[in-house]
Amino acid sequence: MFEYAPAPENRSIVDIAPSYGLFIDGEFAEGKGTFKTINPANEEALSEIALAGPQDIDRAVAAARRAFESWSALPGSERAKYLFRIARIIQERARELAVLESLDNGKPIKETRDFDLPLVAAHFFYYAGWADKLKYAGFGSDPRPLGVAGQVIPWNFPMLMLAWKIAPALATGNTVVLKPAETTPLSALFFAEICRQAELPPGVVNIVTGAGDTGRYLVEHPDVDKVAFTGSTEVGRQIARSVAGTGKRVTLELGGKAANIVFDDAPIDQAVEGIVNGIFFNQGHVCCAGSRLLVQESIAEELLASLKRRMATIRLGDPLDKNTDIGAINSEAQLARITELSQIGESEGADRWSAPCELPDRGFWFAPTIFTGVTQAHRIAREEIFGPVLSVLTFRTPAEAVEKANNTPYGLSAGIWTEKGSRILAVADQLRAGVVWANTFNKFDPASPFGGYKESGYGREGGRHGLEAYLA
Amino acid sequence: MTVTATPSLSGLPDSAAGLRTFLHGLPGVDKVGVEARTAALGTRSVKTTAKAQAIDLAIRMVDLTTLEGADTPGKVRALSAKALRPDPADPSCPPVAAVCVYPAMVPVAAEVLAGSGVHLASVATAFPSGQAPLEVKLADTRDAVAGGADEIDMVISRGAFLAGDYPKVFDEIVAVKSACGDAHLKVILETGELSTYDNVRRASWLAMLAGADFIKTSTGKVPVAATLPVTLVMLEAVRDFRAATGRQVGVKPAGGIRTTKDAIKYLVLINETVGDDWLDPAWFRFGASSLLNDLLMQRTKLTTGHYAGPDYFTLD
Amino acid sequence: MPKSAKPVATSVVADEPEADASVRPAKKAAKRARAAAAPGSVLAADVPAPPPPAKPAQEPDEPAAVPAGRLTVRKTYKLYIGGAFPRSESGRTYLVDGDNAALASRKDARDAVVAARKAQSKWAGATAYNRGQVLYRIAEMIEARRAEFEALGVSTAELDATIDRWVWYAGWSDKIAQVAGNANPVAGPFFNLSAPEPTGVVAVTAPASLLGLASVIAPAIVTGNTVVVITPAAQIAITLAEALATSDVPAGVVNVLTGHSAEVAPWLASHDDVNALDLTGLDDTDLATDLERSASGTLKRVIRPAAGVPDFTADPGVRPMTALLETKTVWHPKGF
Repeated sequence: MFEYAPAPENRSIVDIAPSYGLFIDGEFAEGKGTFKTINPANEEALSEIALAGPQDIDRAVAAARRAFESWSALPGSERAKYLFRIARIIQERARELAVLESLDNGKPIKETRDFDLPLVAAHFFYYAGWADKLKYAGFGSDPRPLGVAGQVIPWNFPMLMLAWKIAPALATGNTVVLKPAETTPLSALFFAEICRQAELPPGVVNIVTGAGDTGRYLVEHPDVDKVAFTGSTEVGRQIARSVAGTGKRVTLELGGKAANIVFDDAPIDQAVEGIVNGIFFNQGHVCCAGSRLLVQESIAEELLASLKRRMATIRLGDPLDKNTDIGAINSEAQLARITELSQIGESEGADRWSAPCELPDRGFWFAPTIFTGVTQAHRIAREEIFGPVLSVLTFRTPAEAVEKANNTPYGLSAGIWTEKGSRILAVADQLRAGVVWANTFNKFDPASPFGGYKESGYGREGGRHGLEAYLA
Repeated sequence: MTVTATPSLSGLPDSAAGLRTFLHGLPGVDKVGVEARTAALGTRSVKTTAKAQAIDLAIRMVDLTTLEGADTPGKVRALSAKALRPDPADPSCPPVAAVCVYPAMVPVAAEVLAGSGVHLASVATAFPSGQAPLEVKLADTRDAVAGGADEIDMVISRGAFLAGDYPKVFDEIVAVKSACGDAHLKVILETGELSTYDNVRRASWLAMLAGADFIKTSTGKVPVAATLPVTLVMLEAVRDFRAATGRQVGVKPAGGIRTTKDAIKYLVLINETVGDDWLDPAWFRFGASSLLNDLLMQRTKLTTGHYAGPDYFTLD
Repeated sequence: MPKSAKPVATSVVADEPEADASVRPAKKAAKRARAAAAPGSVLAADVPAPPPPAKPAQEPDEPAAVPAGRLTVRKTYKLYIGGAFPRSESGRTYLVDGDNAALASRKDARDAVVAARKAQSKWAGATAYNRGQVLYRIAEMIEARRAEFEALGVSTAELDATIDRWVWYAGWSDKIAQVAGNANPVAGPFFNLSAPEPTGVVAVTAPASLLGLASVIAPAIVTGNTVVVITPAAQIAITLAEALATSDVPAGVVNVLTGHSAEVAPWLASHDDVNALDLTGLDDTDLATDLERSASGTLKRVIRPAAGVPDFTADPGVRPMTALLETKTVWHPKGF
């Protein structure tokens, strides 16, 4: 056997301070308390983070409000150049950020290096270009910014979600108060440094750290004009309820239970890769993950044999090792949820198979797992697991595939695998999902809008469409 | 039509229509997907002990090749000597798998390699174009075997393949295989001329069904030679073929593989797609010439700890 | 040999007197020396100015005094074709503001079209994101060479506008298709999508100003066209080419011929391997009409000269880009 020797990325490329404050009005400030952020791969504390209380949020929103006046009055071409600067600094410091993100999140360095960070920079470049072209975007001849955006982002792609939120907001002339997830605040605080390096005017971007209460106070703050949230459907529902009657604009990017539909004439080897990428990318911590595999009965057995063979080659372990495919589960709580739902899958009678891989002793880990013999009635076919767990169902006809794919309250994404073009387009037409990938999966681009139908949220992020949420 | 991932071989038709139905029933290859897969595997980081292991394995897999109009007995003798002892300064350096020459040079190489365990491969069948009558191709093959070659690298008739005349390609391979006697038959698909991955998969199966012991990407004489995605498609074909028939077939990318970094990417590809069984010179070869010296330089770097220079390695 | 070209008047070009072969204004010489002393540095103004020429050579037959101090090294202005800086194959030069510049010939134009064609498919095949990055890099490089352009008489305002113009177009690379393309709701079970594609090789009779050059080159190349530019303003255009050559612009994407439109443009207008002709910078309406007529032979797309003096400081809108784009519509059936 050809065993790769350890190939660890250099941990010391990035400096992590022992503690971080809140970034308000261009300065770092203390909060009402602190909390620790840990490395989920070994449970070691990385840094102590300020906890933002109501007064801190008040100050951050006030700073953003003050900054809004001059920021929104800048010519678009000047705002564009700030964003281009930020994009360039991200490109130049991508290696530091990649290591930082891997440490704080647990995701493999391969992904932060080759996926997250390049996309983050691309997102800033893309929206930088829109800042002086808003009148061409199709949202009226004199589009205006909304004001202060309160943004709350999740832990699965901390820096990328920050980019999705901040880049369009600033390009359109809004100012922001952003709250990163409790378990992954470090890259957002690094971004605060980047804002300073880019000489972004104080108050245009404010970063407040904390947990659920901090986020709730931010989105309910009366001086916030626009709320953007990515996270669970449950919290999204609470936000939608809390802003009712306030006149605040809202976009929500929530959960999913995507169907990945494989027809019998699919390019099989690439479909297997697509299934693996669809559910095991980023430990399955992906709202658009292809967590329900719908495979045509006539090829189910062979496809599953290929899938298992492929899963056996997945390399789980140290996120900083350049050859790691699957890193750590982001938190103990998330691991508990994945474990619980998997046990429910077994107790409801589905067949469980996990890739034969050794799990490290410390940290939070879950082996890539598939459940076969799953039906629409199983909880693992209905509830979002948000982990490396795939439920496999079968179908006989395209109509049945569409029916099963749509039989969910979610509607974020879907996949279609077939060599027949007309089938791709017909199935795509009938799927109730905001993003449909054909013969590929989990593809993202700043030019391409992303967002869900039904309980997967509303509004679109990315692309020309992503501007609309930030324009009056 | 329902097509299964691995077609049934029971009652494989020998008619033109049957062969066509079978080959076109193979699952398609998505170009973007296969290229993305090899690009991702290309980022594997193989360092220190793993790299040392990979380099020695790669040296043992090299078919050290010279296929020039200007080849002379002197050149071929020197190359054969190098095949036996690639690094005269380091006896721990393994020999290569084989020397690969034109039929006219086979007796010269055979003299040097006799009894060494290093195989002697010869291109045959009107290499590189394959545009000659079957009788000429068979005579070419018999001559090479008679001269001492124990491996024959034949070319398929790409013209016949692209024209859809699969039986002609099939029959030629069968005939050449028969002319080979005990010699191993490597079938060169010339993937650069087949143009699509679907064609590469079909040609791979066609060659294996006709009796190929190895399938090989390229002659090295057309602009596009071996690539990682083409090799991946061929590896998937030999994997599926063994699953369907129980017979294992080897794979040889040839042409354009010049650096240790390239070679290691191929080893990673084998390791993560078809696995251990093909990580052996009996089942995987590199058709190359300049690759060997780069492998030797990297090998020296690992043992001495400093970068090596080309002046310290023989240029044969 | 023709006299040096007359710059096309624009709203931002300083109205320099036509240079005479034997006269070099002392002011320009000093500027040149300063630029040479600190090329590409915005701090050039802080560098002590070298001693001015002891005496302007007003009368060529009077021997000039040997200046004290260091003698500056002057730049040779050559053509920019296929990423290289060759002299004209004709061996000719002309005087621009006292400098010898290569005077492009018919055969230089031919070579430039070959270079542009060779580069076109790969440039068009690059991702829009990549092209945008390259254009942004051009802005960075011009910003870094401000002093050089200032020494050539380009005003601060024009430089600012030029750099911002490149940034503006950089942003269009991955947006023009989102503005100029769309999904079409045809009455039937069909997917129907229209998207813009570059027209190919564009020949440009360019304005003489830096902002003017940006305003014709950037919209052509941002979408994947390649250009052959003919301009009389050799110093500015070739200094720009030097910025392009260090900006990750692939060889052949921009080719700059310096010389006379009247001599070279007819060969470009009639060239069968040129797809479009941008006459924006031309102030000779008779020549423009001739060129447009000539372009009709292969039905080249033609951008006619602006009526009156073009105002390059104004928002250009999307027309300079869409004029050099084709629209491709793809139909595909939908059905299980």
